[in-house]
Parts: sequence; structure tokens; C-alpha cells
Amino acid sequence: MFIPHSASEREEMLKVIGAASLDELFNDVPAAYRFPKLNLPPALTEMEALAELEEISTANETCRDLISFLGAGAYHHYTPAVVDAVLRRGEFLTAYTPYQPEVSQGTLQAIFEYQSLIASLTGMEVSNASHYDGATAVAEAVVMAYYNFRGKRSRVVVSPVVNPAYRQTARTYTQGYDNLVYTGDEPDADLDAGPDGLISLVDDQTALVIVQYPDFFGRIYDYTSLVEQAHARGALVAVAVNPTALGLLKTPGEMGADIVVGEGQPLGLPLMYGGPYLGISATRKDLVRKIAGRIVGESVDSHGQRAYVLTLSTREQHIRREKATSNICTNVALMALASTVYMSLLGKRGMRQVAELCYHKAHYAAGKIAAIPGFSLCGNTPFFHEFIVCCPVTARELNEHLLDHGIIGGYELAKDYPALQNNLLVAVTEMISRQDIDDFCDVLQEVSHD
Amino acid sequence: MNVLSDLKYTKTDEWVKVTGDVATVGISDYAQNQLSDIVFVEITVAPGEKVKKNSTCATVESVKAAADVNLPVSGEVTEVNEALPAAPETVNSDPYGQAWLVKLTLSDPAELEGLMTAAEYEAYLKERDH
Repeated sequence: MFIPHSASEREEMLKVIGAASLDELFNDVPAAYRFPKLNLPPALTEMEALAELEEISTANETCRDLISFLGAGAYHHYTPAVVDAVLRRGEFLTAYTPYQPEVSQGTLQAIFEYQSLIASLTGMEVSNASHYDGATAVAEAVVMAYYNFRGKRSRVVVSPVVNPAYRQTARTYTQGYDNLVYTGDEPDADLDAGPDGLISLVDDQTALVIVQYPDFFGRIYDYTSLVEQAHARGALVAVAVNPTALGLLKTPGEMGADIVVGEGQPLGLPLMYGGPYLGISATRKDLVRKIAGRIVGESVDSHGQRAYVLTLSTREQHIRREKATSNICTNVALMALASTVYMSLLGKRGMRQVAELCYHKAHYAAGKIAAIPGFSLCGNTPFFHEFIVCCPVTARELNEHLLDHGIIGGYELAKDYPALQNNLLVAVTEMISRQDIDDFCDVLQEVSHD
Repeated sequence: MNVLSDLKYTKTDEWVKVTGDVATVGISDYAQNQLSDIVFVEITVAPGEKVKKNSTCATVESVKAAADVNLPVSGEVTEVNEALPAAPETVNSDPYGQAWLVKLTLSDPAELEGLMTAAEYEAYLKERDH
């Protein structure tokens, strides 16, 4: 335990302020609000404590023990052993990321490589050093667009099938912004309208249009035409991506997107209770001054040798503090490193292979599920590795059946879309075997007979 | 420090040049010298916009500081220097010429009376350097 002050130091401080004891110091705090007496059991030895914690942890059920078809923003992928091996090196595994170029060439180079990989994966010109997670990155995209128009455009058009957590985070994040209005994802919004459903909402007051790719329901749309029409009205377009899908699909850069954000967790980060994850944020060169966070650049030192430095960090710190448009100073360097090792190891071909495995397994599963009486796929829009199953029972009931058979079912969409009681969002990654899919379908067969 | 005689100046180191009813605004040689190497210029007003004296029309950022440029006069913006953001170093090399920031038509020419003449600005700079 870390105790910042010794008994003699405390005494010295009390003397200076003229209090006889700690109790006297806190005299003005009503007794009821002071730290209570803790009714703790006798202390355990380290050995006993470990045994007790292990006992408690057996109540956890993870993707190691169960087969999981749960996605909805975080995905169970295989992480090659080398990712963790690099991550755990003492030079990288520090509590704080050192950015001083004099001492941190390795860290800075790793971030530079990360940025290069993300720019290439998304088809954009620049990437920042990363954000906390996908939701933060989406919120920062709103901030970026808002300040790009200096607050003069106050509308954000957001697709109703952007991850609900991202939409909620963006709203929370920007609640203090004058006049900023979100539209497009009202409770009665048409969830199947695709990009065409958003175009009519984009006007000359719109700062940003936010879409997801693949969308929250797993569907793939080409946003090229939406981007063109949004640009014609002067608005920017942000695309929230699943990076795994970009190993296979047309990039948002090719569609003309202004900002690409997304959750980088699928790139070699375990599910770990929802974080720390990795916020991807990339943009075009002419918007680079508006991007939040930091950018590492490659330069040459006074000896003419290659060197890495923070090329852009001024928006938050140092000289522009009072002019900052974002309060994000940090990045998730360790998570960015994990994704860098993952992407480097897989390479362009490996990334494509993972995406293809996901795609084909998901389509095999979808085909099998659709053949079970009572079950069907909702809609026929092309999808990547996630799709909605319309069930004869509520998604919640189905999940309970599946769990009884050692299977974590999909995401119950009714949690965010109350009308979709019988709709289960099912994700299939390369971790799922044919046998797993067949077992999943056997449970569905049982439900179908009931 | 170069101070041009046909311009008017502000205490925050902007200059304004009036030709007919059009005013051109920039930052002074003293200002660029104090800021050192300029790396970024963002003009924050657009043609057609009605602007007030003392409101911000641009941000100029150097390797060591960032500064807002305030308008010395009120009026309607007619033109902004579109070429400047791509060549911010021009502010260092030609602050009174190519590095003009904004042109506007004056809405209240009387505002010019409150600004410093070249001689007054020179005296003001001397005073500040002590």
C-alpha cells in the first residue's frame, strides 16, 4: 500500500495548521459523513487471499469456457502470441507514455508505425496517435466538425444504426455546446433506410454526417453517393469503421470520407471487460489541424539521422492551451502498440484472410439459421460478419436457451431498439468453428420445435 | 522594426490600410518578429460576413506562440487571403504586403480615428521594449 505521509510528517503538518490531532482536523465534518468503522473480517495471508479470489473468479464465464456469438462493437478474435510478448516488454509497459524525443524514440516510432498502418487501412491521409476508444473517437469527430465550421453549423446528422453507445457518448461529450442538435436517430427513425434515408436531413446547417461501416446491424453500404451529396451541402462525413472489415472492403477513404473513426479492439486486443480499448481517428490532410490528440512525425536530427518527434500536439497543450478545441492530450499507446504488432504480423494478406474467414463463416451460419423453421434473416442487405436473426421467441429467451448449452448468444437488440424484441444480433469471427455453428443451430432447432 | 507610414496600428499589433472605403488588415512587422517562425494561419471570417471591431478574424501560430488577430475596424468582409494558410511563412517575410489577412468595407470610418499613426505606434513599441 502506498502511504504518502509518515506519522511524523502528519504531525508536522498538523502543528503548522494548529490542529492537535487528525480527529480535531475533521471536527467540522459531521460525524455521520466521516469515514465509518469498517467491519472487516480478520486479515488473510497472501496464500489464503489468492485462494479466495480464485474461488470467486470461477463464477466468471468467458469466451474461453463458452462459445460466443456476441459482438455489437467488441469482437472475439485470435491474438497471436507475439502481440503480448512485445506488449509486455519493460520499455513499452509503463504507466505513462513518455513523449520526449530525447528518450523515447522507440515509443514514438511505434506510434508513427501505428499511424501509418491506420492511414493505409482506412484509406486516409493522416491518423492521430489514437483515442481512448471508438465512442470517444466518434465524439471527437463531432467536436472536430463543430470547430471546423467555428460553431456556425450546428446540426449533426447521425444514422440510427451507428452503435448506440457511440451516439450516447457523443451526446454526453458535447452537451455543453451551443445549439448543437443531433438528428436522424430519433426513436421512430427507419432502421432500414440506409444512407439514402439520411440525405434529406443534410442541409446547409449540417456540420457532420455520421455513419457506421459495417453498420451496427452488420450491414455493408457504399457511402460514396452520401458523401458526395453531403459535400454538395458543405457538410463533413465521418465513418465509424470496424477495422477488421477494412481488410476486405472498399475503404472509407475511397468513398471520399472526411473523417474515419472506429473501435480498434478487433486488432489484437482482448475483450477485457470493455476496456482499455483503442480509438481510431484518421482524416484528410487539409483537416489535420482540426484533429484531436497527437500526431508523431518522422524527421531528421542534428546529425542527419532519422528521428521521431511529436509533430502535432499543440492544440491541447503547450502554446495553444487556451485555444484548444479538445481536451484529449493522451493516447492509448500500449493498445495502439498491440494493434501495430497485430497488423504488422498479419500484413495486408493476413488482414484480408481474417476478414474473409469472418465473412464466410458468418454467411455459412446465416444460411443454416435461415433454413430453420421459425427463424429468418432480417433484410437482405449485404453483411460482413454480423447479422440480425428474426426469432420465433424473444431474443432474451433464446439467449437463455443458448446459455444452458454453453453458448453466449448474440446481442439483444431490444436493449437499444425496444421494437426489436425478437431480433438477435449474431456475430461470427474466425474463432467460431463449423461445429460451433452447428451446435448453435441445434439449439435453435430445439426452440423451433417447442 | 519596420513601421510603414501610410498605415494605422492597434495596441495588439494589427495594421490597417484604407484605400477608398476598403480596409486591408494584417499583423505588424513587430508582431511577426515577436512570434518568430509562423507555421499556421487560420482565417476565421468569410466574405459577406459582418464583423465588429476587436473581434477575432484570424489565428496565427508560430513555433513558440499562438495569437488571435483582432479586427481594428468594423465592417463587411469582402475578401480573405486564401493563399496564406498554404504559405504561413509569408507573414514573416512580407507582413505588410503578401501576408494581408482580411479586406473589408468600413461600416464606421470614425473608428479609424481611435487607431495609432505610424509615429504613435513607433513610440508605443519603444516604450514596450523598455
